Amino acid sequence: MENKTLSLEEQFQNRIDSGENIEAKDWMPEKYRKTHIRQISQHAHSEVVGMLPEGNWISRAPSLRRKVALLAKVQDEAGHGLYLYSAAETLGISREELNEQLNSGRAKYSSIFNYPTISWADMGAVGWLVDGAAIINQVMLTKTSYGPYARAMVRICKEESFHQRQGYEIMLSLCNGTEAQKAMAQDALNRWWWPSMMMFGPRDEDSPNTEQSMKWKIKKKTNDELRQQFVDQTVPQAEILGLTIPDKDLKWNEERGHYDFGTIDWDEFWDVVKGNGLMNEKRLKDRNEAWDEGKWVRDAASAYADKQAEKRAKKTA
Amino acid sequence: MPINRQKKEQRKQHKSNNMNKEWPIWEIFIRSKNGLEHRHCGSLHAADEDMAIQNARDVYTRRQEGVSIWVVESKHITASNPEKNGEMFEPAADKVYRHPTFYELPDEIKHM
Amino acid sequence: MLHEKLYDYLLHLGDNSMILGQRLGELCGHGPELETDIALTNISLDLFGQVRNYFQAAAQIKGGDATEDSVAMLRYEHEYKNTYLVEQPNEDFAHVIVRQFFFDVYHQLILNELMNSKNETLVAIAKKSIKEVDYHVDFSSTWVKRLGDGTEESHEKAQTAVNTLWRYSMELFKATETESWAAESRVGPDLDQLKSVYLERVSSILKEATLSLPEETVFQYGAKTGRHSENMGYILAEFQYMQRAYPNMKW
Repeated sequence: MENKTLSLEEQFQNRIDSGENIEAKDWMPEKYRKTHIRQISQHAHSEVVGMLPEGNWISRAPSLRRKVALLAKVQDEAGHGLYLYSAAETLGISREELNEQLNSGRAKYSSIFNYPTISWADMGAVGWLVDGAAIINQVMLTKTSYGPYARAMVRICKEESFHQRQGYEIMLSLCNGTEAQKAMAQDALNRWWWPSMMMFGPRDEDSPNTEQSMKWKIKKKTNDELRQQFVDQTVPQAEILGLTIPDKDLKWNEERGHYDFGTIDWDEFWDVVKGNGLMNEKRLKDRNEAWDEGKWVRDAASAYADKQAEKRAKKTA
Repeated sequence: MPINRQKKEQRKQHKSNNMNKEWPIWEIFIRSKNGLEHRHCGSLHAADEDMAIQNARDVYTRRQEGVSIWVVESKHITASNPEKNGEMFEPAADKVYRHPTFYELPDEIKHM
Repeated sequence: MLHEKLYDYLLHLGDNSMILGQRLGELCGHGPELETDIALTNISLDLFGQVRNYFQAAAQIKGGDATEDSVAMLRYEHEYKNTYLVEQPNEDFAHVIVRQFFFDVYHQLILNELMNSKNETLVAIAKKSIKEVDYHVDFSSTWVKRLGDGTEESHEKAQTAVNTLWRYSMELFKATETESWAAESRVGPDLDQLKSVYLERVSSILKEATLSLPEETVFQYGAKTGRHSENMGYILAEFQYMQRAYPNMKW
């Protein structure tokens, strides 16, 4: 029979090509497993670290309604982190290891969260631009080959659209408000535009993993294609707000049917990726503290659970 | 007081037994308000079943009313072996008669 | 005046939830485990939801251009009616849980009474809130037990938290003029009557948790009448900042 002459890897790829999901206990190449652990955990770490720049403004939200919405958003992010950690764990890595990787600085997370949130308008910019960029990636991933990851992404996408709308609505309120509010919004856009563009990663020519990622349906489009999609969809949104995108080279190109845009500062990109952004240290410090200071709590809960179990065992004995 | 001293001893013992002990993983099943069955939504870590249910409520239901939650420690779930999927779920090529659609029934028989 | 007193009473009810919610909001992203982070934020969300209900009603009574936000954020320190207990800082997880527990048992008791209030608005708010607060009580009681009867270290921390926070508990039951009016008019509960049940419930959980109440406590009173602790100034500085720095704007 023909199937017997195909290698395990080829059969595996055939399954993916035919649209089948790979599940936790299925045979998979070790590279697939490792790549997915890295990809999914990076995604999870991003959600968790992402709670910090926004959590920063919960206590200072300008109205009760905004405070409640922000609390809900940050909570969603924690939930997303959880769904993703769960998906990563199905591949044979423990939560403890995952935390260790993040806290030690070995694991990467989305660099965007190493930028500071210094005004209320940042809550608008982050929701609009950062979540906007994230959604572009995430919709692709709902069809990714690894089942638990795809399912987590479906759940996440449902909740994510509320995040972007909320961010944009904050910008809208500011831009329809006083001069001071509008200036706050423009300042936030000025600071968050380029980092958001950097969220799509290095240029295609500097991205060696793209081909493999596409085979495994982690990616459907290349970094540059996604970045272009982001620009094309966001420029009109900025126009509605009456704000100016801080890119003097931004221009509609009739021939291409897309916006032309300027060059990213790749030095800054690599600096932040390597851990030298303004907030890198603080983000890690906060996560480490939460984890370390939480140890006695986690131990107490385990000890209590054991004791309760003992008591129950004695009763039924 | 003797009771407190006893508890103190127990706690000391538990301290040494529990260094670096991770909370176990629980699989979460939710039946929505008008749903027919519980569906698997994912997993989370909790120290005991009460915490698992509380956490599931916070993480997977966002406090919706009328929702039913089941939690099971992952270690208590037995899964079928995917390598044997062929045997269990697909009729083998030479055993067509097992599958009901392979019987030809007269048109007059309805609801079957 | 009926309306003034009712307005003041709504502030009593809202301010405790608000300041406690504010304290819990500070913890976002810093919990001992992701799941616990979500649980605490959920409680904060619940509390702020209640605050919005109380203060929307209060704004209606005040009239003019009063809004839930002006009621919440534009008062001066001495005009807030919350108790000392909810102002206490997030010292550590034990403090957070014990503070929550001491408040939740009280909160559940008064909400149950408010469901029989002569004021329809309060009945409606109480009915919605009690479901959430029943859960809060479950959550904080269970954690008190986990910490009290967990490890040596958690027991010590929990006991320290109890020793520190217990002195703020009885203020919950010392009625201000407005709260006395509320009890007389059957708008709110007779706080004095609830004290013994509160003590029973708190003691029972603490016992299960192998924790004890401090022997001699000098209880602190005064926050409800506007004499807050030093914590309050800082809480308000953050809470009110945007409204004060950017006055009269829409968000």
